[in-house]
Amino acid sequence: MFSLAVFFQSFGPLFWAARYTLLISVLGIGLGVVIGTLICAARLSPYPPLRRFAAIWVSFLRGVPLLVQLLVFYYALPVIGLDVPAMVAAVVTVGICASAYISEIWRGAIAALPKGQAEAAVAIGMTPVDVWTRVILPQAVTLSLPALINELILLVKASSLVSVVGILEITRASQAQAATTFRPLEVYIAAACIYLLINLCLAALGRYLEHRTAV
Amino acid sequence: MLAASSVEMRKVNKYYGKFQALKDIELSIPPGKVTCLIGPSGSGKSTLLRCINFLEEYDSGEVRIDGQLIGYDAPNKKMSGRRLREMRRSIGMVFQQFNLWPHMTARENVAEGLIRVRRISKADADRRASEALAKVGLADKSASHPSRLSGGQQQRVAIARAIAMEPKLMLFDEPTSALDPELVGEVLSVMRTLAGEGMTMVVVTHEMGFAAHVADQVGFMEKGELVSVDSPDRILHRPEDARIQSFLRTYHERNSF
Repeated sequence: MFSLAVFFQSFGPLFWAARYTLLISVLGIGLGVVIGTLICAARLSPYPPLRRFAAIWVSFLRGVPLLVQLLVFYYALPVIGLDVPAMVAAVVTVGICASAYISEIWRGAIAALPKGQAEAAVAIGMTPVDVWTRVILPQAVTLSLPALINELILLVKASSLVSVVGILEITRASQAQAATTFRPLEVYIAAACIYLLINLCLAALGRYLEHRTAV
Repeated sequence: MLAASSVEMRKVNKYYGKFQALKDIELSIPPGKVTCLIGPSGSGKSTLLRCINFLEEYDSGEVRIDGQLIGYDAPNKKMSGRRLREMRRSIGMVFQQFNLWPHMTARENVAEGLIRVRRISKADADRRASEALAKVGLADKSASHPSRLSGGQQQRVAIARAIAMEPKLMLFDEPTSALDPELVGEVLSVMRTLAGEGMTMVVVTHEMGFAAHVADQVGFMEKGELVSVDSPDRILHRPEDARIQSFLRTYHERNSF
């Protein structure tokens, strides 16, 4: 029999654990946007060594599973003498992994802009900085919003992987709940509901932002 | 009367890899006059035009605006970005695809260059943008985004964006080629007004009527060569060169019914 009581009781601890899920996802995507923007800039720069570095960065991070990256990063840090909290290791790994995808999202959006957009700005004498900040990036951000929200939703789900380094986020917390209540089905369905709730909110936020930036 | 620039092109060559897009171009564009460039597509008209503001980098020869070399300080020594930007400020350009910035309103499109490049206050820029829009007959559209405007209106906003910068030279790269036929007239009429005010204009066009009635000189290009530059009458009505005759014959055949 499905126990509604266990199902509802599970929400308390799982919501509490959701703060880690959200923290890791939001900080991760924040870090991912910062690093991803730099990688994208390197990828589009006129300097071949920078372009190569960015290309390798992207293929390496896209080619290795996040779970493996997490484990490598978590166990590699003590070897080089760095003792960082699991939370920091998790955010940094998630951010670095996301940066590979985000730099490709930027690159695609920038490539989708007609060349004439920048040319019109160059022709009236705008500086390269103005061309980027006033003409290219505002349009690229709008174009890439759906893909960025998509990436954020993927990260929320991928954050379940950080349970392997001992962070008590939703998945890890539900495993613990399941072990103490012996009611895994109820607990995991509750966990699924929380993930779904978070991601529906993010999708709504995405629609709102898309609507606001639409021209 | 506006301050108007002259342009001198001497032995200008341009290559794309091994393909020679411009061959020894010699062209004098007098101040305050309208020069139209005609010729088959792919003949190098747009490339030539884009060399004048160095949007296209020519490989050899000289392009001088009011006697000042653009793009290079000396042969093989590129001009600094800052100096190039200074020269471009007084050269307006209008593109075939308008190239308005879709995330800005018509007024913001026009004011942007004034604020960023001319460094004038937002209030003044808005005022001058409104004036420029009024001049092209779009005072009532200043708050509209480009997506809400017809092609002809978008192109007029693009012209307003260029003239708000008070250029001394205007380059038009097939300004009506992307427009539906019924919208061509409104753009040409704005250009005619501008020509009447004494603006130096270089216009790449397939509008032979405009070339015949507004141009002071017409250049015919083919395969990267400027075959001939002469009065509109001599190029369009009494051409001597067989290549021009053949081009015009094709043009007339296509436009008669």
